[in-house]
Amino acid sequence: MKKLLLASALIMTAGFASADVVRLATEGAYPPFNFIDDKGEVAGFEREFGDEVCKRAALECTWTTNEWDSIIPNLQSGNYDVIIAGMSITDERSKVITFSDNYYPPAASAYLAASADADIKTGTVSAQVGTIQAAYVAESGATLLEFPTPDETVAAVRNGEAAAVFADKDYLRPFADESNGALVFVGEDIAIGGGVGLGMRQSDTELKGKMDTAIKSMKADGSLNALIEKYFGAEGLKF
Amino acid sequence: MFAACADPKAIEGLTWAMCYLTSGKHLDFYGSFATVLLLLAVTAPVAMALGFGGAMAARSQIAPLRWIGKAYTAMVRGVPDIVYFLFFVIALDQGIEYLNHLRVCDDLSQPVFRGLEFHVCAEAKVPPATASPFTFQAYSFGLAVITFAIVFGAFVANVIYGAMQAVPRAQLETAEAYGMSHGQVFRRVLVPQMWTYALPGLTNLWMILIKATPLLFLLSVKDIVYYARELGGTKTQAYEYPHPDWRLYYFLGLLVFYLLMTKLSEIVLTRIANRLSKGQATAAGEAMRKAAI
Repeated sequence: MKKLLLASALIMTAGFASADVVRLATEGAYPPFNFIDDKGEVAGFEREFGDEVCKRAALECTWTTNEWDSIIPNLQSGNYDVIIAGMSITDERSKVITFSDNYYPPAASAYLAASADADIKTGTVSAQVGTIQAAYVAESGATLLEFPTPDETVAAVRNGEAAAVFADKDYLRPFADESNGALVFVGEDIAIGGGVGLGMRQSDTELKGKMDTAIKSMKADGSLNALIEKYFGAEGLKF
Repeated sequence: MFAACADPKAIEGLTWAMCYLTSGKHLDFYGSFATVLLLLAVTAPVAMALGFGGAMAARSQIAPLRWIGKAYTAMVRGVPDIVYFLFFVIALDQGIEYLNHLRVCDDLSQPVFRGLEFHVCAEAKVPPATASPFTFQAYSFGLAVITFAIVFGAFVANVIYGAMQAVPRAQLETAEAYGMSHGQVFRRVLVPQMWTYALPGLTNLWMILIKATPLLFLLSVKDIVYYARELGGTKTQAYEYPHPDWRLYYFLGLLVFYLLMTKLSEIVLTRIANRLSKGQATAAGEAMRKAAI
């Protein structure tokens, strides 16, 4: 009887141990950071990075997708534990959630337009809602045109709704390269944001510690730089 | 799926189209049509039951029951659907987790709402974090069905309430004169005659329900609109099947789907209307009687 009790207690603790699952949420629409590949699964830089971080932190991670504009509220209401969605570290966001160390350096944002003389100072500029780029455009004096998904911001330039789109240069570069000259970068690159970090609930200090340690080890052995090289090419910023 | 699709960038023409249209994400897209149809199939009867109950409550002799019935229809009808959809997912989800929290968690000393964050212990999470992605999808789908049923049930209740009031008083009085009890009049005379008055309103609601299914998207269920937008967007070389902005074609497909659905419903509902009008003391019933002579 005692053995049976012991055995069931062991099974119970084993059950609780495996309950230590961390749910990662991404947007799934922001290549090369994250996107849904043609198999219908989350892919991209953050997929590979996230899996590696979880391995190093000895966490069991599962992936889910969430709309960008509700990604912070749904973290707070506990639908998942980590935001891994190309989210730049800003003071404003740090007031409501906590960020890990950055895993992508502060990168340049750029204007992409249909013509080199597009009016980015006072014209209409599209950006994704709730991004640092949208906040920047709103302050810049240009007319801000917001869209819920990144893809729509570029489509707005193609169909003439906006003079230019303002977003992470890493996201826009493939669109410029593959447009046969129809889309060009305009103006200078602008550095905003404090790099990309994992977003977590402010109360999850233990999880943040584990993630930071794992990110540090990936920075130290160069595997993070190798991943950046793989997904962002030679132009990707390294640590 | 097919051997020829192993290297999508090397193929073109028809083979490319075949491989593209059978990619994993497209199969998910086709599956999402089933999700929408399932939602309709489950929601319609549940909303109908809620509506019938609501109408009965609103007509009840017992005052508190009547208040509940009236309050239910007034509240849901008076607030935009979209607000309910945004409200219910959060309220239901957090409500369920909170009750579970009280039931299974050991440490209840901490408040559930801490600042902006909502906390329940890991065992109280619904579904648990260890659940499969399918369970999460099924759970959001369940929440969606409940939300749709509550919202549409209120409209159904109002339609049925109106239809019950429209049954001529003379019909009920005759039944009473035969000595039928209250319940018998309700079951044998009122309900059978009520449908012919309710049907036009219910038909409308069914059409609106079909067209409201894209709201599933708000409830984080991946429906056909989500996939059409996701698949149609410009795909760069980062994807296996790069293509320009094809959203127009995908949305055109959805347009055809919704038109087919509503057309089909119209045909079926017209038949039902004809059957119900038979022998009724309404203009439609009278026209049928004359045509038959």
